[in-house]
Amino acid sequence: MIGDIDPTIINLTVFVLAVFVGYHVVWNVTPALHTPLMSVTNAISGIILVGAMLAAGPAETDWGVWLGAVAVTIAAINVFGGFLVTQRMLEMFKKKEKKGSE
Amino acid sequence: MSANLVALAYLVASVFFILALKGLSSPVTARRGNVFGILGMIIAVTTTLTLTENWMLILGCIAVGGTIGAIVAKRVQMTAMPELVAFMHSLVGLAAVFIAVAAINNPVSFGLPAELPMGSKLELFLGTFIGAMTWSGSVIAFLKLSGRMSGAPVVFSGQHMLNLALAIVMIGFGLWFFFSETTNWTAFIVMTAIAFLLGFLIIIPIGGADMPVVISMLNSYSGWAAAGIGFSLGNPMLIIAGSLVGSSGAILSYIMCKAMNRPFLSVILGGFGSEGADVSAGDGEQKTYRSGSADDAAFIMGNADSVVIVPGYGLAVARAQHAVKELADELLEKGVNVRFAIHPVAGRMPGHMNVLLAEAEIDYEYVLEMDEINSDFSNTDVVLVLGANDVVNPAANIPGSPIYGMPILDAHKARTVMVVKRSMAAGYAGLDNDLFYMDKTMMVFGDAKKIVESMVKAL
Repeated sequence: MIGDIDPTIINLTVFVLAVFVGYHVVWNVTPALHTPLMSVTNAISGIILVGAMLAAGPAETDWGVWLGAVAVTIAAINVFGGFLVTQRMLEMFKKKEKKGSE
Repeated sequence: MSANLVALAYLVASVFFILALKGLSSPVTARRGNVFGILGMIIAVTTTLTLTENWMLILGCIAVGGTIGAIVAKRVQMTAMPELVAFMHSLVGLAAVFIAVAAINNPVSFGLPAELPMGSKLELFLGTFIGAMTWSGSVIAFLKLSGRMSGAPVVFSGQHMLNLALAIVMIGFGLWFFFSETTNWTAFIVMTAIAFLLGFLIIIPIGGADMPVVISMLNSYSGWAAAGIGFSLGNPMLIIAGSLVGSSGAILSYIMCKAMNRPFLSVILGGFGSEGADVSAGDGEQKTYRSGSADDAAFIMGNADSVVIVPGYGLAVARAQHAVKELADELLEKGVNVRFAIHPVAGRMPGHMNVLLAEAEIDYEYVLEMDEINSDFSNTDVVLVLGANDVVNPAANIPGSPIYGMPILDAHKARTVMVVKRSMAAGYAGLDNDLFYMDKTMMVFGDAKKIVESMVKAL
């Protein structure tokens, strides 16, 4: 039966469930961390890097591959920049916590 | 690697991304959450690498992009976070467009049939136009936030009609692309060009203080763009990660709109600042206010039992967060109960003020959200408003005011109010703030940083 289902329907199922998960998880984020939330989601949307890698993947290089290579570079800025800046921000929230518990 | 193994690795990565967001529910678990996110990304990238042949090219590009990203992340000022976030949204949008173009050029490399089926075309169309709008919209948001372009709304007559017409034309070309037997590049290129133009046109009428909504909305779009590409490539991990980001941005937009008591649509249609200015211009009567020096203000605060500091965008502009930390320390040493009150839309992005105060090493125990502190204002001796305006405007309680119904910080209920501001100019909403003319209010004019520094000296 599963084999008869259009892959798009399966993707749609994944999509709807993921939106629900996102909805519930994000409502629990404390407002004080909304900026780190934005920067970490920035890094996560850098997952598009995976698509870019596939575009840059084929051995015979045509212009599509070069376009993919540019997309890989761009998406890598997002991934590295996003995670590192989030870490930098969260370090600030950490330092004070130590002080507070002294 | 077998297709099943790849799919399982992607599932693990997806779970890590969910845990990354879950970690942000408290500052204690947040760093661990970020590590989960990084792990998820490492799994996703190494797995994908096994599916590609140009390792050198791909790793080289990741190294270049990664270095740029790391340098930017290390150097950026905390006050410039909104610009950085807008900049990064634009990158996701652009990458989505490039990937879609590459997929149309060579579907086989993505595991799609050489002749794209209708379903894939529709998904590529969605991914491309959301990506293109995200890119150009974010570029405008970046230019406005970084002051390279005026933050004032750009409005002209027929604006909404033009946007609507363009959207219809864009969908028309999308349908043409969709129903063409072969790959119809003309239709695709025209459609993408219109999507770029639309992103630009949609953001220019939105003014500075509505930026928290815009930036959240673009955050959401960048997620949907990634999810759209995930649909075209039949990649559930991209769909999951994209939807997480998309719903996160949507929730933030909702929270920001609620904090301004404005319907999402009216924010997006823009032009609020200019309308408001017309209303207040008619109100020409001169009202009197009391102004004082930083020394007077410092003296009053030094003798108070409790002080609540209300930071706003002015604090970020003046980069006064470290000076404020010193002020808070001085007051705490004198036994004054010091706290900070943060309005949800203070600053230019969600949580902007919290990050600035965290950077200055102000303990987050002292930093309270609007709901936590509002009932305390009536028992507070002194409220110090630093570069905030509309979020403390009691006009929000008066029916008929343009900002009526907006939740505000009840600074006007405190025994004494001190407002540090550069001039008597109206805030973003273009409204006069009655708080400034109350008998118990003292205005201190000047740059927030210099004023706070002289307060510290006086204490």
